[in-house]
Amino acid sequence: MTSFWSGWVIVLTAITLILTTWVLVANRKRERRDSERTTGHVYDGIEEFDNPLPAWWFWMFALTIIWGVGYLVVYPGMGNFPGVLGWTQVNQHDREVAAADEQYRAMRDRYLALSIEEIAVDPAVRKMGARMFGNNCAQCHGGDARGSYGFPNLTDNDWIYGGTPDAIKATLVNGRQAAMPAWEGILGDKGITEVTQYLLALNGRTADSAQASEGEKHFAAYCAACHAADGTGNPMLGSPNLTNGIWLYGGSAEQIAHTLRVGRNGVMPAFSETLSEDKIHILTAYVYGLNK
Amino acid sequence: MKHETVEKNVGLMIILVIVAISFGTLVELVPLFFDKQVNEPIAGLKPLPALELEGRDIYIREGCNTCHSQMIRPLRAETERYGHYSVAGEFVYDHPFLWGSKRTGPDLARVGQRYSDDWHRAHLYNPRDVVPESNMPAFPWLFDDEVDSSRTADKLAALRMVGVPYTDEDIAGAAQAVEGKKEIDALVAYLQQLGTLLRTKR
Repeated sequence: MTSFWSGWVIVLTAITLILTTWVLVANRKRERRDSERTTGHVYDGIEEFDNPLPAWWFWMFALTIIWGVGYLVVYPGMGNFPGVLGWTQVNQHDREVAAADEQYRAMRDRYLALSIEEIAVDPAVRKMGARMFGNNCAQCHGGDARGSYGFPNLTDNDWIYGGTPDAIKATLVNGRQAAMPAWEGILGDKGITEVTQYLLALNGRTADSAQASEGEKHFAAYCAACHAADGTGNPMLGSPNLTNGIWLYGGSAEQIAHTLRVGRNGVMPAFSETLSEDKIHILTAYVYGLNK
Repeated sequence: MKHETVEKNVGLMIILVIVAISFGTLVELVPLFFDKQVNEPIAGLKPLPALELEGRDIYIREGCNTCHSQMIRPLRAETERYGHYSVAGEFVYDHPFLWGSKRTGPDLARVGQRYSDDWHRAHLYNPRDVVPESNMPAFPWLFDDEVDSSRTADKLAALRMVGVPYTDEDIAGAAQAVEGKKEIDALVAYLQQLGTLLRTKR
């Protein structure tokens, strides 16, 4: 606030205090001078006594004014005057955060020094991890971490980007961006059907064998680069295993064909900007421990 | 001045009442009109691009702001959950602001980049598909309806009149930028930028 506006606030606030005090005191009658005196209003024969304000009422007013003055001395209110306590809502917030930091630092450092494998079974880590998971992860992966359509199940030991502690941590820190292209333009309707049939055959499901063997050729030409020649995928590229019956976007023939047609670009948000190192460590351990 | 004089002169009483009640406005409100902290955008703040602005209007039309606030208070319980507390400079281009005061759903002031676009689409199509216990309404029509581009340029021009620094090119290209876009695209674009300028680890 510039000093002009600071002065503006101080002067007007002071005037307000003085005027309210004046109105209160100037209108005060100490005692009734004449018990028979009325205000002079008469309505249908009803008259009104002109009695003084009850003392408790007067003092309530006086106290609010005194309270106001006290408040303005202690807390910020008079323009740029910070108040004798130096309180602001931001420094109160920062103090609370620092106090919490102090309180949890020892525990945090202890867990950070231990490996993910070691702390994954720690009951306190599981409890904290479940809370953090509920706040940060459950919206997509579900409260039970079993995922849903388009959001991976984290409890089935099937990892698109790898299930080692380091891989899970890297996924949390940097996020992931899947890049399955749309194949409609290249494979055409016929090619899509054939690859779909091949994928069904690969999973031991009923499939048209003639179409499947055509699909196998397409697969070798277009899909094997990411999903590997045998379809088991590659965690380095985030290309899922296509042989284990786990389908992120549904495993019916129609759903597989749709995925082939339009491609898939699932995103895992990065948490490096949001969560501190120790929380990511505990969350990693929590997620890792879901798969025992 | 006698009490009786004031009470029996309506004109005088009106003037004195106005004087009495204007002190609060003069002290609490007027200085803010000239306060840098309130008027100056924080570093990196830009006016919303046309698509995101249309998304904001859809947000208002669907009443999202009646259940979702966009105001994180400086309390640890809130900053721990949502991120850095809101500051005045983030809202200088908001007309009207959407701070809100009721949280049936969570605060959205920093929802940007927190979830993927796919999540927002799934969630807006039917919230129960991703959050089983949610009581948020579904908004399936956003996936069918296209953004009405006929008024987009007018909206930018109107905002420029109240001080949002849109350029002539922004206004000229506004209709084209939203042409043929679905409402869901606009809304998700708006949500994904919310509060992304101030990020803190927690």
